[in-house]
Amino acid sequence: MTKLLEWLSAFIALFSVWYLLISKKVARHFVSENETLIFYSPIIAVLLFGIYAATVVLYRVFTFNDCEEAAKELRKEIEEAREDLRTKGFVFKNSDR
Amino acid sequence: MANTDNSNKYSILLPTYNEIDNLPIIIWLIVKYMGESGSNYEIIIIDDGSPDGTLEAAKQLQKIYGEDKIVLRPREKKLGLGTAYMHGIKHASGNFILLMDADLSHHPKFISQFIEKQKSEDFDVVSGTRYVGSGGVNGWDFKRKLISRGANFLTQLLLRPGASDLTGSFRLYKKDVLQKLIESCVSKGYVFQMEMIIRARQLDYTIGEVPITFVDRVYGESKLGGTEIFHFVKALLYLFATT
Ligand SMILES: Nc1nc2c(ncn2[C@@H]2O[C@H](COP(=O)(O)OP(=O)(O)OP(=O)(O)O)[C@@H](O)[C@H]2O)c(=O)[nH]1
Ligand SMILES: [Mg+2]
Repeated sequence: MTKLLEWLSAFIALFSVWYLLISKKVARHFVSENETLIFYSPIIAVLLFGIYAATVVLYRVFTFNDCEEAAKELRKEIEEAREDLRTKGFVFKNSDR
Repeated sequence: MANTDNSNKYSILLPTYNEIDNLPIIIWLIVKYMGESGSNYEIIIIDDGSPDGTLEAAKQLQKIYGEDKIVLRPREKKLGLGTAYMHGIKHASGNFILLMDADLSHHPKFISQFIEKQKSEDFDVVSGTRYVGSGGVNGWDFKRKLISRGANFLTQLLLRPGASDLTGSFRLYKKDVLQKLIESCVSKGYVFQMEMIIRARQLDYTIGEVPITFVDRVYGESKLGGTEIFHFVKALLYLFATT
């Protein structure tokens, strides 16, 4: 089953449950008591998921390692490499860098 | 940490296009760190007729380090990354293939960690990851981090790939596994790496991960633009609908 079909099946299953509820085919008393909540539950679910997604993504952006050390180490190694390669006879085309 | 097991050979594929400033440095670093690890290796440089003279630099390096260590497999013109890897594999004598960029954003010091990881559970693929543990990026502004994290979140949600870094191209493969993966991939260019790891999951290959630090290229042109994002979304939807 492709990922698209998985998502469609889950979506259809959830939609069916929701539809049975709001058309009062099942659990009639429970639905009457919570009518608006159940009616709007798909929108609420989407909103909550949106908040979750935004929080997770932003958290990960702000905790993304900056690796300053790695960059510094690399710059040092570039210098070392250029020096060592020159002694081995390598001719750099852009010698000013 | 000398390695006594000499039955494995690692072929490091370096595709280059206009990397004249980076190539000598990356080769120097690979020789340094692979020498320390004691693993048996070769470096295969696939240059696509770079107008900046990368191939000339590669020839100089071959003279310095020897033809057994540095193998040159140039092509006449720029034919893209996917076919460059295919071309390189054909000439690889190792039983493992390591893919990395030549632009210094992938540091050779991690290769020995890839090798250790692979051995630990006989993984088919070991992928470097910027998104987990000590991994990270350098030189990225807020916007680029946001796009990267957002795209990664969406991909994880839709595809559940079993790997945390889909678009990275710093990876170690068993040779036959890589050949099968490349054959089963349809996309070209930037999103090719993402498809490779999705196909790996689809074909039930095991994937190990090593956190890596990614330092943005110091020399040369970078080309992250609107078209890359467009290609990414297109590939994501394609894989979503077909795998
Ligand atoms: N042989 C060959 N190498 C290529 C080609 N395109 C890119 N490369 C090399 O592939 C590696 C990755 O390409 P990059 O240009 O770094 O792509 P990127 O990492 O997505 O983007 P930036 O680093 O931001 O520019 C580098 O070593 C390039 O020199 C190509 O058409 N042929
Ligand atoms: Mg790069």
